[in-house]
Amino acid sequence: MFLTPVALVMALLVFFPLVQGIAFSFTDMNQYNMGNAFSEPSYQFVGLENYRNVWADLVAADSTLRPILVQTAIWTFVNVFFHFTIGLGLALLLNRPIRGRTVYRLLLLVPWAVPSFISALAWRWMFNGSYGFFNLVLTELGLPPINWLGDPFWAMVAVIMTNVWLGVPFMMVTLLGGLQSIPRSLYEAAEIDGAGRWKQFWHITLPMLKPVATVATLLGIIWTFNMFNVIYLVTQGGPVQATEILVTFAYREAFQNWNFGMASTYGVIILSILLVLSAVYLRAMKAERVEGVMD
Amino acid sequence: MACVIAVFPVLWIVSTSFKPYEDVFDTEIQLIPETVTWENYEHVLTKKDGMFLRWMANSAWVALLTTLVCLFLSTTAAYALSRYKFYGRNVAFYALLVTQMFPGTLLLIPLYRLMNQLGLLDNHLGLVLAYATVAVPFCVMMLKGYFDTIPYELEEAAFVDGLGPIGSFWRIVLPLSLPGLAVTGFFTFITAWNEFLIALTFLSAEEKYTLPIGLQQFVNQYVSDYHYMAAGAVIVTLPALVVFFLAQKWLVSGLTVGGVKG
Repeated sequence: MFLTPVALVMALLVFFPLVQGIAFSFTDMNQYNMGNAFSEPSYQFVGLENYRNVWADLVAADSTLRPILVQTAIWTFVNVFFHFTIGLGLALLLNRPIRGRTVYRLLLLVPWAVPSFISALAWRWMFNGSYGFFNLVLTELGLPPINWLGDPFWAMVAVIMTNVWLGVPFMMVTLLGGLQSIPRSLYEAAEIDGAGRWKQFWHITLPMLKPVATVATLLGIIWTFNMFNVIYLVTQGGPVQATEILVTFAYREAFQNWNFGMASTYGVIILSILLVLSAVYLRAMKAERVEGVMD
Repeated sequence: MACVIAVFPVLWIVSTSFKPYEDVFDTEIQLIPETVTWENYEHVLTKKDGMFLRWMANSAWVALLTTLVCLFLSTTAAYALSRYKFYGRNVAFYALLVTQMFPGTLLLIPLYRLMNQLGLLDNHLGLVLAYATVAVPFCVMMLKGYFDTIPYELEEAAFVDGLGPIGSFWRIVLPLSLPGLAVTGFFTFITAWNEFLIALTFLSAEEKYTLPIGLQQFVNQYVSDYHYMAAGAVIVTLPALVVFFLAQKWLVSGLTVGGVKG
């Protein structure tokens, strides 16, 4: 019992900002009225004003928010899909006794070990129109170079490629951990019953992997949805907001337009979307015991 | 093949970092530079009266302090969550998962305002506090998993022998969970060492910069100085890479035991 105060301190450190953030979404706070060491705050409560603005923008004919929502959805879905499929494939390969397994595993972990802002800069350089690696290869093959960061479609492809590269190692490692906890005897029994490799995978591996996979993909969804570095460093959300997602959009609203109130509103919206999404997802995966996540 | 893809961008940067200026903008693909030069490294390390070294020292200091603060907060909190049943314990569990859904921006604004009021903007202490806020929830989740694997009987025996709760925490639980502590420490250190967004927002004085922000200057100010950027990137990455590979064995087991035990 004596340690709960520390837990409370932690809760304060983490939850106080959150509650404040939610409270700010009902104000018109900006850089000038927020108050600092020299002046008192003078921002005002504006009720649902910010939320009304978001709604008005959402239903307007030339909405800025709608395309960004669509882009966020594409970004999250495509990324997590590739994270999972590639991560699972690699984990299955690594789970078999092959020569030099440790070396392979270490090499595959490299993207995780390198600071993500460095990876993002490296990829931006590789996407460079004239001197980047990809276009050099394309020219070498006699193909026309691609305007990676200038074309809306290819810019999206570029940021997704970068983020897939970044996210696969985490998925691979957690799935590998899950694979290794499946008892070998299950496979032996299946073999005796005459089940082929595919059947074993479908009826043993996947179901046994489900708890781990559910949590890993859920974290993947949350992290991808909130990924800032890759977009900000590779394309800055451009060209003309074609790769902007909700998080980078909200950041711009806060620290470039200095509209803290409005940005907090976007923050609350992001949080609500994620909460609903994870609730629906967990239900769909029938993982009733979320306890297992932290137990 | 997958290994090649995993490693390639890193090799590309390393290779660029050794190329002289002319070769960086060559339209031939050369992974192994024709001429190898140390000039880029020299330039980065000595440029602007060694500002780069200053940034590196800043980063090391911030990361170290964050690690200490975070370890203290998360071990005690995780211990409480693992050993004691108290009102709201379950709520605390779910809350930890929800913190992973925090959009950075939502957290950033109150933190920015708080630091502004405390006069901690452009101050490394403010940065440490902000990083601890971000890292603590994940660390608590991992450590709690570790503490759960330590049998409570051990502690009961210690109580019989006259150790108090603090004593048994310090003498029994902590030593037994050293791998978990190591992982948490490494994790926090790397998070702080690599952090970009908060530093970008909180720091404006150049001599206060941490490495990520400093490094970005190379790319933004001199759009074409990729060879310098590459050299800087290698210098930044090396410590993180070494720490990571030292810890990776524990990291993997820590993740499976703590974070995502099925």
